[in-house]
Amino acid sequence: MAKDELMNYEKALEQFEVVIGLEVHVELNTKTKMFCGCRNEFGDEPNTNVCPICIALPGSLPAVNRRAVESSISIGLALGCEIAPTGRFARKNYFYPDLAKNFQTSQYDEPIAYEGQLEVEVPSGKTFTVLIERAHMEEDAGKLTHVGGNTGRIQGAEYSLVDYNRAGVPLVEIVTKPVYGAGAEAPELAAAYVRSIREIVKALGVSDARMERGNVRCDANVSLRLHGAEKLGTRTETKNVNSLRSIERAVRYEIQRQAAILAKGGTITQETRHWHEDKGATSSGRPKSDADDYRYFPEPDLVPVQPSKELIESLRAALPEQPSVRRKRLQGEWGFSDLEFRDVVNADLLDQIVETVAAGAKPQSARKWWTGELARIANAEEKDAAELAITPAEVAELATLVESGKINDRLAREVLGYVLAGEGSPSSVVAARGLEVVSDDSALLAAIDEALAKQPDVLEKIREGKVQAAGAVIGAVMQAMKGSADAGRVRELILERAAQ
Amino acid sequence: MSELTPDLVRHLAGLARILVTDEEVNRLTEQLSLIVDSVATVNAAVAGDVPATSHPIPMANVFREDVVEPSLTQAEALSGAPESAEGRFKVAAILDEE
Repeated sequence: MAKDELMNYEKALEQFEVVIGLEVHVELNTKTKMFCGCRNEFGDEPNTNVCPICIALPGSLPAVNRRAVESSISIGLALGCEIAPTGRFARKNYFYPDLAKNFQTSQYDEPIAYEGQLEVEVPSGKTFTVLIERAHMEEDAGKLTHVGGNTGRIQGAEYSLVDYNRAGVPLVEIVTKPVYGAGAEAPELAAAYVRSIREIVKALGVSDARMERGNVRCDANVSLRLHGAEKLGTRTETKNVNSLRSIERAVRYEIQRQAAILAKGGTITQETRHWHEDKGATSSGRPKSDADDYRYFPEPDLVPVQPSKELIESLRAALPEQPSVRRKRLQGEWGFSDLEFRDVVNADLLDQIVETVAAGAKPQSARKWWTGELARIANAEEKDAAELAITPAEVAELATLVESGKINDRLAREVLGYVLAGEGSPSSVVAARGLEVVSDDSALLAAIDEALAKQPDVLEKIREGKVQAAGAVIGAVMQAMKGSADAGRVRELILERAAQ
Repeated sequence: MSELTPDLVRHLAGLARILVTDEEVNRLTEQLSLIVDSVATVNAAVAGDVPATSHPIPMANVFREDVVEPSLTQAEALSGAPESAEGRFKVAAILDEE
């Protein structure tokens, strides 16, 4: 992969205005596929959730999943969209083996939802209104595995293997209008937007919304134009950005790459680009086809969808609270400061803390674990904290062990390491490895007396009122006990000794 | 008159990943033009206020409930495939897309 020239980010923003557009695909969690009764399930044996319809055997006919239509309407309503009184499916023709039909059943000029908007808060606290152009129903494609070649990537592949389990899984594609004015915060806004979409579909219960499984996927369009220019610049569409962190990085990369080309008088090629998480770079994919190369036409095998007013209103009445409302409520319930709460949201840890608190942890200790030690570990592993191999219930258990005095903070961090390494729940790690704090006073007193023997003037100082002198002894005792002592208890015992 | 040109036919063949000879392009251009022109006569027969129709019977909202139905077995699914491996359909490597 050729190395792209990148312009310094601040310099790029001095010269150019950034315009982004986002397409988010949400996989619905219906029991069955969009047009047939095959199971919609992740991770099953290949080609076991397939039937004549989703592998396109001759003569098979699709039928629309009612639940998928209702879920799509709910998403549209949650995004403040109008719901189309009538809409048709269309065939999007393309020749690629990820769908056996040689077309994707989608919606073209009659999306089920259109003209909405979403308030999105970025890490600085600023709020942007992202206008939604449309949300339409379609089907997911099968999964291709490219075999052979030396890189594992598509170049050099000798053949491909196709699993159609995912072919026909219901998708809702949400498309924004061009988003202007985010400037340097465009990458953060892109990630925050996808985070909000994910929160909404999760709250609606219409998608599992797990990005690592591809339940929510984002294509990011980026273009630059000189400040003050009216005409939009040529855009690129970066695909394969499957975590919030990558969305932010990919948009930032495209801004820097395009700026370097434009500043030299070059032109941007309108194309699809692929994001490579490992290299932190995008690479050129295929040139973007013109829309009418897909030869869209109405799907003759399906009749129009015409949701009744009653259906729309009943779905509207069942909408959960808006993400912004939910956030205000949670902040109030937990008693977090604005700064604390924003850190939680920006680290994408809201759901983790909700679940950790539900599992019995105090909100503040749930927050400290997730935004502290766990965020630090995740950061070092270049992951999202939510991807770490620990459940909110286990974090709650850990917090409770600390609060009950069974382990101290240092031991808790050690226990955490073992939990992440797969040794089991915090309690079982503590039991198996004997990591409880030494609360046996006689063991502590022995260590204290030994330390006092080496620092005989300490007790005298404490008696004179210099209580801080105890610190040196506490340190020595903790060291002797290899950290597995309750420092508070050690201090108490030293003060008792001084009082004797 | 149809706008079908030999170049458009070549473009369509490319989209469909079909290799065509010049001789075939000429023949297809002629045949496809005839089809498109014939269909175009329908445009002349209807006034502008006739709504487009994609289905012969005016009906809407035909739904299937979200209930699992039996799928094929893997062996059944792959039984018609010219080639398969590891429980999957084996196809020629496609070079232009992830």
